Amino acid sequence: MGEAIVVTSGKGGVGKTTTTANLGTALALQDKKVCLVDTDIGLRNLDVIMGLENRIIYDIVDVVKERCKTNQALIPDKRFDCLYVLPAAQTSDKSEVTPEAIKTIVDELKQDFDYILIDCPAGIEQGYKNAVAGADKAIVVTTPEKSSVRDADRIIGLLEQEDVESPKLVINRIRNHMMKSGDLLDVDEIVSILSIDLLGIIIDDDAVLKAANSGEPVAMKPDSKASLAYRNIARRILGEAVPLLNLDEESGMFAKVKKFFGIRS
Amino acid sequence: MQKIMIKGTRDGLTLRLDDQCGFDELLQELEEKLSMNGVDEDEPMIRVSVQLGKRFVTEEQKDQISDVIRDKQKLVVERIESEVITKQEALEWKEHTQLTPIVRTIRSGQVVHVKGDLLLIGDVNPGGQVTATGNIFVLGKLRGIAHSGVDGAADTVIAASYMQPNQLRISDQVSRSPDYESEGVYMECGYIDENEGKIRMDTIQQVMKKRPDLVSLERRMLNG
Repeated sequence: MGEAIVVTSGKGGVGKTTTTANLGTALALQDKKVCLVDTDIGLRNLDVIMGLENRIIYDIVDVVKERCKTNQALIPDKRFDCLYVLPAAQTSDKSEVTPEAIKTIVDELKQDFDYILIDCPAGIEQGYKNAVAGADKAIVVTTPEKSSVRDADRIIGLLEQEDVESPKLVINRIRNHMMKSGDLLDVDEIVSILSIDLLGIIIDDDAVLKAANSGEPVAMKPDSKASLAYRNIARRILGEAVPLLNLDEESGMFAKVKKFFGIRS
Repeated sequence: MQKIMIKGTRDGLTLRLDDQCGFDELLQELEEKLSMNGVDEDEPMIRVSVQLGKRFVTEEQKDQISDVIRDKQKLVVERIESEVITKQEALEWKEHTQLTPIVRTIRSGQVVHVKGDLLLIGDVNPGGQVTATGNIFVLGKLRGIAHSGVDGAADTVIAASYMQPNQLRISDQVSRSPDYESEGVYMECGYIDENEGKIRMDTIQQVMKKRPDLVSLERRMLNG
């Protein structure tokens, strides 16, 4: 029996879909059987980020309307045998499905998969309700901006009324120098405002954008810091104790040499 | 006057039925006529085609005619033809053979469905979809999904000025773009290759040779 985790944020554009795609990839790297479910009906993106857009024949609305079976709509990933995507429909809207219908599908998927990651649409209306319906756990994604943290706080309040475990926090798009200078909220501040467990932090990395654009999740590329962060989050989901990445760490040979000689830059 | 004329041809029997008398009279005479000549047991089945002239018959009446003919052991009804159809059938037939021009951009999430052939003047963006019971011609960039012959017509084609579709679907066949980043192609046409049973692409000139019926499109466009 698998576990269904909804990835949500309230605010749009903070990286829910990117997080879903990368966590799914990172969990698949750990040999877990994972299904990503896109519930953003009408504005689907998950398939594009995974590079699977051209394979869609059936989608979640077809499953709900019983035009196909659930496993007919599942798209196998190009890279992993254990990773599947259930795409949203692009041509209908969120009122086409009900929370009960999504719950039925998620419960069915739980029989076959270890993890079901549900990509939630922005907002707190119908689409959010659909996404949360089948979930056992929740991951709230925020960025170090006030507006994003405000919306995350709102969504955590709503999640507490639902039948899900206490949500976990992922802080995305961290810019270390701006956090240090106080231009952005820093990690401790965000955690103290939202007062939920921190699951991971992800540095704002050009590689994330580049990877999403080429349809290959950044978690595939081991040389990127964001990739490492996603892999660490996946390991934490699996129950390992992994320390947070050190944001100050300089990389490369030169830094190591400087460290050896005790030079501070 | 005789209501029924029977003619033997190489392909079997042709029954030409009078189109002025009442239907019941016609059935009666048909029955009498056919019971007259006894057929030898050893003879092969004879195919019968029925010509109704300008008489319109419903589906039930067609069945009645077939039943009468089929009662005679060695006869099989091949087809029943009438020179008239209902207005509704005519409109439907027209819809399925006409060419619908549409001038706009089909964006992500939009679906355009037409009966008959579609002439789209504009682009289909990724995530957009055009479907037609007939052929699809895109004067623009096809980057989304195009589905021709949705009711099952496998001889339909999809042509575009610039071809870079997510998917091409013809009848019940689906093909998708390759996984690597690929440039589109200009003036290409998708069709089902009968030998392979798969969707293939070729230049419009080559496909025209394989689908000579497409020439009838000219006439349809001229007729408006």
